[in-house]
Amino acid sequence: MALSALKKDPSGNAVAPPARGRRAPRGTAARRRSFRHGATVAAFLSPALLLFALLVLVPILYALYTSLFKWGGFGAPETFVGLDNFTALLQDEVFLGDLWRGFVLIALSVGIQLPFALSMAVLLNQRLRGRAFYRLLFFAPYVLSEVITGVLFTMIFSPDSGLADHVLDLVGLGDLGITWFASPATVLPTIFLVMTWKYFGFHMILYLAGLQSIPRDVLEAAAIDGAGAWQRFRHVTLPLLGPTIRISVFLSVIGAIQLFDLVWVITAGGPVHASETMAITMFQFGFKRYQVGYASAISVVMFLISFVFALLYQRYVLRRDLEGAVTSMRGRR
Amino acid sequence: MGTEPLSRRSFLTAAGLAATSVPLLGACGGDSDDSGGSSKVTIEWWNIATTEPGKTLWPTAARAYEAAHPNVQIKLTSLENDAYKSKMTAQTTSGKLPDIFHTWGGGVLEQQVQAGLVKDLTGGVAPWIGSLLPISVQPYQFGGKTYAVPYDIGMVGFWYNKAHFAKAGIESPPATWTEFLDAVRKLKTAAITPIALAGKEKWPGHYYWSYLAIRIGGVAALKQAAETKDFSGAPFVQAGQRLKELVDLAPFQNGFLGASYPTTDGQAAQMGNGKAGMELMGQWAPNVQKEMGKGLGDGLGFFPFPTVEGGQGAPAEVFGGGGGNALSKDAPAEALDFLKFFASVENDRKRVASKAFLPIAKGAETALTDPNLKTVSQKLNTATGFQLFLDQAFPPAVGQEVNDQVAALIAGKASPEQVAQAVTKTAKSQ
Repeated sequence: MALSALKKDPSGNAVAPPARGRRAPRGTAARRRSFRHGATVAAFLSPALLLFALLVLVPILYALYTSLFKWGGFGAPETFVGLDNFTALLQDEVFLGDLWRGFVLIALSVGIQLPFALSMAVLLNQRLRGRAFYRLLFFAPYVLSEVITGVLFTMIFSPDSGLADHVLDLVGLGDLGITWFASPATVLPTIFLVMTWKYFGFHMILYLAGLQSIPRDVLEAAAIDGAGAWQRFRHVTLPLLGPTIRISVFLSVIGAIQLFDLVWVITAGGPVHASETMAITMFQFGFKRYQVGYASAISVVMFLISFVFALLYQRYVLRRDLEGAVTSMRGRR
Repeated sequence: MGTEPLSRRSFLTAAGLAATSVPLLGACGGDSDDSGGSSKVTIEWWNIATTEPGKTLWPTAARAYEAAHPNVQIKLTSLENDAYKSKMTAQTTSGKLPDIFHTWGGGVLEQQVQAGLVKDLTGGVAPWIGSLLPISVQPYQFGGKTYAVPYDIGMVGFWYNKAHFAKAGIESPPATWTEFLDAVRKLKTAAITPIALAGKEKWPGHYYWSYLAIRIGGVAALKQAAETKDFSGAPFVQAGQRLKELVDLAPFQNGFLGASYPTTDGQAAQMGNGKAGMELMGQWAPNVQKEMGKGLGDGLGFFPFPTVEGGQGAPAEVFGGGGGNALSKDAPAEALDFLKFFASVENDRKRVASKAFLPIAKGAETALTDPNLKTVSQKLNTATGFQLFLDQAFPPAVGQEVNDQVAALIAGKASPEQVAQAVTKTAKSQ
């Protein structure tokens, strides 16, 4: 019936259903239109949905499935152990340490790295000789691959012969004897230093873009009203930069949760797990120990942490910024 | 959306994987035409010969075999160690292995055998396996059956800087653990870093604990522990205690916990550049020292791991490993014939002459020129017992746990008892 109706339609596919309101008469024409609309949506969405299901949903579900097995990765998973992998995980000191170290890295990123990036952005947003050069310079590390960064900094922080120790020597601090990546006490702060070097430029560029979109007249008006530099920053710039800051915090947290390549290249999680992250523990169990079921459990927990954080953050923090983009526009189509 | 960067990245990765795996899977199908004879046969050979001299020797051997057997074509895929392991993990999961593949033997090979992916070579090699050194075949034998043919075998021992030892007043290489600790003290007094160690990589550290356990309890104790899955016995706790005696002397280079093995500031380079007195390493040590540093040439000496007073292990028991080639369960008959060719005295002599491999075929030892390697080879030939590297002999989880725990002990974060208990716990869970 629908087919014959389609054939009779004189205007062909040029008709775009206006969907003028919810109370449109439910006649055959409207039904035909909504069918065609649905078909168009389905046709355009299905390739993307298919890929998404195949490459994202299926692997996630498969990891969820294998996390319930004691499985070495050979053949099909057979030994069903229920939630044993998860209970073992919650008693695993290394994994609990991973959670703590992840928390420390997030706190340091949000507390030090982002404010630093913001202050650099504010500095470079002013009229300054060589401004473009500085922007380029600070953004450059972000373009380098994680592996190259890692190799570079293992050389810089190499004990005795590295650049860092040499510089300390020159300024008379050579006796400190810091071994950077080689001591459980200093490895995490040193890694954070490298992370900051690598990623602050990216956040700086985000903030710069945000700063440029702040209208000059608002700031001028504040100045005329007698607001000082700090007050202008605190009460005008910062609130107007809100959306950018919220996105930047979001990216930073997700990045810290998933941190892998940089740490893997520099320390492989050592010494004695002092720089191990969840992703590294997962890799160790999955690809070094062949305890794939257990590794799957770690990946499931990682996924849940990221997922729950993303949902809550979007629901409560990004709500205003995202309104209309991914929400249902309060019921309007 | 929040998960966008994640899903984009996994999409790209997955797309990349899909793109690379299609030709691979296609290639793995192989022509497993068992009839042999004059029909065309293509053999896939996955190996780890990415550096010289293997990089030249492996293809040369393949081409030589092809010239003698025009119907056979050998396709080589060479991967760096870690990349090879990752790729093999994926490959074993899919249940399809290349016709010929490199193996270190031990636990990983045994798991692959148990999964029914590896060809039993016992009958096929029976006519000629006697021409190989028995010790070189050991890592690939389980339950009286042979699953791979070796091309290299070696052992771990101390490589030392003769000049540093002379300067510290050490007349002859230490033969017992007490003498060894003494030598370490003398080197320290002479302001020389006694030992270079790659703490980041963990496996060089596990040599100490394992060899001590072998010296204290004998190879038999390790065999028993592997069977009963119990590492809490006296040899293992005492091995930890002896190792702790050494660690307490602070014998390692500054920042050793973050040091790699084969980098320009790592363990091998420390030795090669004359910055440390000795290192505990396998037969490949001189080559890597030269590659990462200047190399010591004739200034480099070798002595076997010292015996422990009161220990039950015979001084002639060795700890080491090698390399071999195994066949997938449906590899063509020509693949086995090639392994025979590859293990022949003529080919082995070529490998030995390159100074990077030790003889596995009887008669190839005459090609040895380096005095240190001659010593190593001789120790191997007269060995009364052999223990494969623990991280290869045991299931991967146990091997890694040994590495992790010994690393913690060396870093002062675990007691000898804790090490023994943790390894036992992991072994029992397997």
